[in-house]
Parts: sequence; structure tokens; C-alpha cells
Amino acid sequence: MTKPVLVFGYGNESRGDDALGVLILNYIETHFSLESIDLLTDFQLQIEHALDLEQRELVLFVDASVKSDIAFEFTQLKPMRDISFTTHAISPASVLDVYQTMKKTTPPPCFLIAIGAESFELGDGLSDNAKRNFAHATKLIDDLLNHLTIGYWQLQCR
Amino acid sequence: MYEHLETAKNKDSLKRVVIDPVSRVEGHGKVTLLLDENNKVQQARLHIVEFRGFEKFIQGRPYWELPVLVQRLCGICPVSHHLAAAKAIDQLVGVDPENLPISATKLRKMLHFGQVLQSHALHFFHLSSPDLLFGFESDIQKRSIVAVLNDFPDIGLQGVKLRKYGQEVIRMVSGKRIHGTGAIAGGMNKALSKEERDYLLTDIDQIIAWAVASVQLVKKVHRSNLPYYDHFGTIRSNYLGMVQPDGALELYHGGLRVKDAQGDTLFDHIDYCKYNDYIHEEVRSWTYMKFPYLTALGKDAGWYRVGPLARVNNCDYINTPMAEIERVEFKAHSSEAMVHSTLAFHWARLIELLHCAESIKALLHDADILRLDEPVKGERRFEGIGVIEATRGTLFHHYQVDENDIVTKANLIVSTTSNNMGMNESVRQVAAEYLSGQELTEPLLNNLEVAIRAYDPCLSCATHAVGKMPLQLELVNSKGDIIDKLVKHDTGQIERIQ
Repeated sequence: MTKPVLVFGYGNESRGDDALGVLILNYIETHFSLESIDLLTDFQLQIEHALDLEQRELVLFVDASVKSDIAFEFTQLKPMRDISFTTHAISPASVLDVYQTMKKTTPPPCFLIAIGAESFELGDGLSDNAKRNFAHATKLIDDLLNHLTIGYWQLQCR
Repeated sequence: MYEHLETAKNKDSLKRVVIDPVSRVEGHGKVTLLLDENNKVQQARLHIVEFRGFEKFIQGRPYWELPVLVQRLCGICPVSHHLAAAKAIDQLVGVDPENLPISATKLRKMLHFGQVLQSHALHFFHLSSPDLLFGFESDIQKRSIVAVLNDFPDIGLQGVKLRKYGQEVIRMVSGKRIHGTGAIAGGMNKALSKEERDYLLTDIDQIIAWAVASVQLVKKVHRSNLPYYDHFGTIRSNYLGMVQPDGALELYHGGLRVKDAQGDTLFDHIDYCKYNDYIHEEVRSWTYMKFPYLTALGKDAGWYRVGPLARVNNCDYINTPMAEIERVEFKAHSSEAMVHSTLAFHWARLIELLHCAESIKALLHDADILRLDEPVKGERRFEGIGVIEATRGTLFHHYQVDENDIVTKANLIVSTTSNNMGMNESVRQVAAEYLSGQELTEPLLNNLEVAIRAYDPCLSCATHAVGKMPLQLELVNSKGDIIDKLVKHDTGQIERIQ
């Protein structure tokens, strides 16, 4: 049965800071009950992930961001078509656009935590900055998952 | 051919066009074109700008970690690496493919068919169908899968659901959609439950019907302008791929066959463990990616192509009925013994997709996939080689381990590396025919990318973070001054920077 909340952390665990999204899932797995939360991971987003949004009440995407000067950004997503459609990977906003195009209806409320990252080398661990940013981001995760309402999440957006 | 365009004689007097990175291929590549004063192409190269360090990543790890570890080399074909590594470590525990439990072999094949199906669906429907349905020089806003979903909703939705189904096969067999641990040394660690089998059976007939429709679609597109499709980016090459002992198409395990451009068989049923006797890799100073070639033919004549076009060309038949009908038609459409059209990669790819769908159905009706046999072991070895036909072509994993089970040496030849020369040749052909003496426009540059994209190259793997993948085009004169620059932002906007 589909759970109402989906947290989708994506990236490659073996490519330095690209692991941030997956590490957040590991954090959630060890700190929260998963009774109402589905965790999903993949290397990158693709259009079939639009099908994973079906029957959700809240969706949280978690990814590393090349904006290394920020700890993290938390935003509500709107469906948006972008050039990332032309790569093997697409953006979370694009996943929403695919959902809307396929289902002819508005996607569920979706948010993105983009955590500042700087190093993506194969075989590397997290950079020092990414470790700090991860710690900051987990505080927000704690807050969000203890308040599973759209209104509260919207208030936290920056 | 177009080898003369690899290195220009008078480079200093030429203008340089840079496309960096190539979009809609996995990872980052860069195409450089050196033009003379008359805008005639004098040099064309596809560069790989990232050094991947796969072997270094693997060395020093215990061998039993490899099937899981190597999945992280590639976000697009993790299962292919998983299975190639599993075959290699089977050998380390003394197990040759014929001694693997039959249930494990069938489950691995099913996993592989799921991977190839979903990856071929990704490439065709998500990456190439916009070009094929709207035209190579159509408005950039049209060249996206969402435009396909808008204008051809049935086709777009079929693409999404085909890919999803392949992912579900992977999830059921390996336990996870990615990073599954299905294959282990000497066997599998999971069989399908009856519930999982029944779940996959529910949709398989629909999947086959969509696969049939996709082949009809690509045939229709190809035939809509046959001279163009048969000529665009087309080069004549050798082809390498795996076949069964009776010559049938094989994706999981078999001998290697090489045919030349005339269709004559140069090598047949080669034991892939002896690949080093047949294939060498050349290093060239201007790119990180090596150039493999057949040693017996030498560097100049020995390069070859791999992947769907090679496999469908090389095999004697396909052992699933609907895909075999399509193979016969595919081969018959060419006036030559081999189909050389680079754009025919798409056609061959969808024949394979159909073959995978048919094969999955056959395996779902095979009771062996419900049985989990104990992994087998034999006499310990210190060297293992695993080769499979991955989505993009023949994939080699070769490991040596010490007495402590630690990998001391690793060598991987990935499919895209085998197609390196082929992609460069296709770039040169397109550049020579379509860019010389013409204004640099985005549709023209897309023609170059279309040629590269036909190979479905995987240039780097699985790094992606918010904000990556812009496309940058530069025109540089012989003094090194940038005289024109186009940037395609990740919003889709194209900006000319003065």
C-alpha cells in the first residue's frame, strides 16, 4: 500500500558529496518510524519517477547541489519543463511536469532540499563542507518529519 | 572513410568550434571542430573530458564486494556491471558458467533482460524519440520527452511504462531497483516468489504489445526517409558481439564473434577469457578514452563497433519469434550484407527490446526462477573474467586477487570505449557533410549530437547534482580568441555571449 509521504533521496554513494541525498535516507531510516513514510532512492531522476508520486500527500526530494556556498535550500517545487529533459537525468521540477502531462492533474505537494556540495570524485567520501551541511540539513529533516503538514512545510521554505 | 579528419595538418591556422558538454548522453563529452578560413572541417574529434579511474576505485577491495560496488560506476547500467562482476567472481570461487545452478543462470538472465529493456526504453523514448518524431532540426522546445507526451501521448506513456516495467523486473529479481544484490559468487541470493512472478506476469503481454509497436514506429520513421537514415553518420566497420553456440543472439553468456564490413566472419565463438589475445587498447594523447582494436588487424583497420547494431548484424538468428521476424526484415532492408547505418542503431535497439520482453515472458513461465539453489564453489582461482553484452555493447570485467581475497588488478573495457572510434568516425562524417561552409546553428550542432547519441554512449557515470549539464559552444580563431559563444542553460534558454 502506498504511504502518504515519500522521501526521495538520489545520487551516487560512491561519488563524494553526491551521496548526500542517499545519506539523508539512511538518517531517516534510523531516526524515524516509517509507518507513513516511504523512502526511495536512485542514482538520478527519470521520467518514470513521476509514477512514484501517485497517491502521495507530501513528497520530499533530497539532492546534492552544486551551490557549494549554501548549507541547504528548502523550496516548494512547481512543475517546470527544462533542458534537463535532454539528458539521462531530469530535475525534480521536471518530474512534476511529467506527472502533470501524463495524469492531466496537479501533482501532490512536492518540496526539495538541495544540500550544498562541492566534490563529486569517484571513490571519495564527503567533503568537510558537505559534512557540515548534512548536519544542518538533518535538523530541518527532523523538523519536517515531525510536522507532516503542507502548511508547516511551506512556512519553512526559504 | 573519415580518418583524415582526426588530425589536421595545419592546425594553427584553423578556427576551433567547441561543443561542451554534449547533452543527452550520459556524462560529459566535448566535440571540437577545427575549421579553415572557408569553414571547411579540417579536424573533428570527440573528447572525453573526465578521467573515471574505475580500476583504481576497485583495487584494494575484497572480491566479494565487487557485484555491489561496481554498480556505482554507472547510474544508467548498474545491473550490467553487477552481472559482469558476478561472472568474474564466479571464476574466482572456481565456478565456470556451465557449472552455475540453472536457476541462478535463469534469474541472472531475467535480471539482464529487465536491465536491457528499461535502458533501451530510456534511450529510445526519452532521448531519441524527440529527434526522430519531430526532426533533427526542429525547434529545441520540441525536442523533449514532454513534447512527445504532449503531441504523441500514447507513445510517450508507453515509453514511461516500458521503462518502469524493466525497473520492476530488476526490483523483483534483485530486491531493489538499484544497488540490488541479486547475483553473488556461484549463484543468486534470491529467487522470485510466486507473488512476484504473478505480479510481473500481469503486464507482460501489454509490454510485448508495446515493444512490437515500438519496432513498427522506428521502422516507419526510418523508412519515411530511407536515403537520409541510411546515410546519416554512416560508416563501415567491423562488428563484435556475443553469440550462442548455434549462432543465436546472446546477451548473457556465449562466445565472441567478429564480422567485418562485408559480413565475413573474422573470429567466431572466441572464449572471452582470452580477450587479451584478440583485443588491444590504444591510448591517444588528446582523449582519456582508449581506442580498442583487433590485434590481428592492427590499429588502423582493427577498430570495431559493439552494441545493438553489432549484435543484430552478427547473429544468425534470434530465438524469440517476434524479434526474429523483425531481425530478418531489418537485415533485408539493406543492400549490403551488414547494416551500417548509424541511425539503424535505434531500429536494432528496439528489436532487442522486443527480444527482452519475449524472453522475460518465457522465463516467467519457467518454474526454475522460483527455486533458490545453494551457491556452488570449486577450486579457488586468483583471476576472473566476466563478459556480458550490456545494453550498449560488450562489457569486459577482468580481476586479479591475492591470497587475502583483495583485488590487486582490475581492467574494465566498457561498451562506450569499444565504440569510441565509431563515434569519432560518425562525428567526422556528419561534420564533413553538414557543417562545412554553413553557419553554426543549434540545429546543426544537434546533428552532431544525434550521431553520437545513436550509440547511446555512457561517457561518465552517475554524477548529477542540481545545476549541472549546461551546453556550451565556442568558436575560437587561430589566435585563441573566442569569436563566438553560445550557452544552452539548464532552463533551456540559449544565450549568445559576445
